[in-house]
Amino acid sequence: MASGVKPRVKAPKSADAGEVVTIKTLISHKMESGQRKDSDGNVIPRSIINRFTCDFNGQNVIDVELFPAISTNPYFEFEATIPEAGDMKFTWYDDDGSVYEETKTVAVG
Amino acid sequence: MKFKALTVAALTVAMPVMALAGPDDDKLVINGEIEIVTKAAAPAHMEETGIDTVMSGWHFRADETQALEMDDFDNPGMIFVDQAIDAWNMAEGSEGKSCASCHDDPSSMAGVRAVYPKWNEAAGEVRTLAMQVNDCRVNKMGADKWKYAGGDMASMEALISVQSRGMPVNVATDGPVKAVWEQGKELYYTRTGQLDLSCASCHEQNYGNMIRADHLSQGQINGFPTYRLKNAKLNTVHARFKGCIRDTRAETYSPGSAEFVALELYVASRGNGLSVEGPSVRN
Repeated sequence: MASGVKPRVKAPKSADAGEVVTIKTLISHKMESGQRKDSDGNVIPRSIINRFTCDFNGQNVIDVELFPAISTNPYFEFEATIPEAGDMKFTWYDDDGSVYEETKTVAVG
Repeated sequence: MKFKALTVAALTVAMPVMALAGPDDDKLVINGEIEIVTKAAAPAHMEETGIDTVMSGWHFRADETQALEMDDFDNPGMIFVDQAIDAWNMAEGSEGKSCASCHDDPSSMAGVRAVYPKWNEAAGEVRTLAMQVNDCRVNKMGADKWKYAGGDMASMEALISVQSRGMPVNVATDGPVKAVWEQGKELYYTRTGQLDLSCASCHEQNYGNMIRADHLSQGQINGFPTYRLKNAKLNTVHARFKGCIRDTRAETYSPGSAEFVALELYVASRGNGLSVEGPSVRN
């Protein structure tokens, strides 16, 4: 696992049914592109987050594929309609096979 | 005479551009609750400078950059604050102690950043926050020093600063620190390098103007450590001083040197009255 990886999510704790809310997510990750060389001239192997998804009660909200040109600490901000109370599950997939998860519960009313 | 006519023409073209520059009048409120004083009456010792209002560098940045500082989630500097919380709780060195062993929660550091650099009676010297942190690491924890302007130190300074956010900067300028403060003032007005520039050349006489593509601020350090978009990391005061002096094409002092400590004290005192803002976001 890459060091210093920490997912963060900012989502409202409650919303009206059908309300469109703004979700902000950020994961601290160095996003090593695989193009850089270390001081000895050896290529530093690629190590990035390659996929990010958000599901609401099992239904997919957003599914993003990431590539090496994306800079360090990738940040996503998006809008989602909240139809009912439930759990919002965020998942980041690392090149090294690690999976980072975060869940936020949104109440309605 | 042809040459003169051209010069006049060039000046006329340049003038309107300069008129567009200058600090703005936006208000900085962080997370919708912490009100930051970004403009304040200049401290008494600045009377001779002709500056009557001291302004945070925040006013000199674009709206998009300003917005990043208004919400901690958007502020990339807060990532380093999180990392420093881990360091705060991690026992290191021969004594098996962490910062938390003596200081409990980081919130115990509230108000500390606002008064540093300050006089340390036991050591008989002016100490910056970084010197104090390293003193703790070496003498209390039995751990290795951190590099003065390195990443670990910048993050820890950010964690300590964030506890004092919104409190007015209030460093002492007289008493035992007087001599060091005078030395800092001397350095501030000393021209260096092939370009023969002092701190004052840009930050006192020309703040608000553009130096090529850069918008000159007053060079206030109330927002340090600063997350800079250009290098995507936290930058310490001394690293910034070094960058500025290098830009005058001079050999610079080292971060942590007595000269930079003195300069930090003097520059901090020029911001007395502004709120502690760190970690701030700049370009």
